[in-house]
Amino acid sequence: MEIPAIVGAGLVVIGAGIGIGRIGGSAMDAIARQPEATNKIQTAMLIAAALIEGIGFAALFAV
Amino acid sequence: MQLKITIKTLLLLMLISPFALFANHHEDKAEHNEEEVTHHEEVVVELTEAEEKAAKRKAYIKHHLQDSYDFTIWQAKGIGFPLPVILWDEGLHIFSSSKFHHGETVAESKGNFYKLYHGKIYKTDAEGTISYDEHHHPTNAKPLDFSITKNVFTIMLIGLLIFFLFKRFAKSYSRNLVPSKGGKFLEPLVLFVRDEIAIPNIGEKHYRKYMSYLLTVFFFIWFLNLAGMTPLGIGVTNNIAVTFGLALITFLITQFTSKKDYWGHIFWMPGVPVPMKFVLAPIELLGVFIKPFALMIRLYANMTAGHIVLMSLIGLLYVFTNWFAKGAFLGLTLFLSIIELLVAFLQAYIFTMLTALYFGGAVAEHDDH
Repeated sequence: MEIPAIVGAGLVVIGAGIGIGRIGGSAMDAIARQPEATNKIQTAMLIAAALIEGIGFAALFAV
Repeated sequence: MQLKITIKTLLLLMLISPFALFANHHEDKAEHNEEEVTHHEEVVVELTEAEEKAAKRKAYIKHHLQDSYDFTIWQAKGIGFPLPVILWDEGLHIFSSSKFHHGETVAESKGNFYKLYHGKIYKTDAEGTISYDEHHHPTNAKPLDFSITKNVFTIMLIGLLIFFLFKRFAKSYSRNLVPSKGGKFLEPLVLFVRDEIAIPNIGEKHYRKYMSYLLTVFFFIWFLNLAGMTPLGIGVTNNIAVTFGLALITFLITQFTSKKDYWGHIFWMPGVPVPMKFVLAPIELLGVFIKPFALMIRLYANMTAGHIVLMSLIGLLYVFTNWFAKGAFLGLTLFLSIIELLVAFLQAYIFTMLTALYFGGAVAEHDDH
């Protein structure tokens, strides 16, 4: 319930959100350029998103 | 996925805040504090009815997510069965967990007495006294615990289920090339693991010897996550020991089936100037351990966080008295449950995909660098 812990948790979520948002955005751009590669791009996007989410959760639990 | 994270965290914080507001009870606490503080370090706080209910709700959620020594299917009606407790304490003690009576009585076995306190078994005397240290943690001795708890029972059950399901599926191929009815559902999934996960990451030459482990991990984690979504309160992947075991096996297989190029890439990265090679070596060595560690944390944190949010939302339904709010939160809970089903599959896929990636790194051929 301490304020620094809550602020830290919020910062972690902001970081994870920005990271995954940027990946999603780049994936959208790439799919718009070349719709035939949608599957590969989607797979790569999911992998990167899961990695960032893993870090985000680990930090959230540590906080 | 970004929206999901912010929703989860926002709701979790929204739920914890009502429990933390003690502002309107300071006048009652003031008189108590003056008389209690002289002879006790911990101050006994007088709880109102709302705070008692909140504390009970939190205890129920915590209990629902933890492991237990009996398998309760319906707590209010008492439907459930006790599981065997197997302890090693200078001798093998095996008895049924019904002797504990959910932590009220002391179980006796071959002259030793054991008591269940907050989900752990401690060795006590005949009255069941537990001595605490200054942080209110018990200091009794704990026997080596090999019991069949709810999580172990679920793992065995799901393991047997997967085994018999796939045995029948494999046998149906002996007669004709089209599989049986259940096989029609499993065949695309097995091919998906082979064509989308194993071959792109490991390569055509070496993927066959890893296929059995990849298939096992994929279906095991997926079925365990799905079982966690049932109302039985079986949180297997909520247990960090289970995910630690899976990550440990991945780590061991990666190390023991790796080729010389793998170690060469870690300690002496080719294609990089020599000073950088000395900088990269400890980082790569750390990476060898951190990658399976991240696997463990990712699966554990995703599942546990999802369950905590879901249960907190359901608890919120009891806090509100407005029926419109109750309906809205019920809809939100339903929506989040559907997302959690997707997350169950996704986490299994990510675990398997990263495992295949690490295997691919281990057996990578030395192409032109």
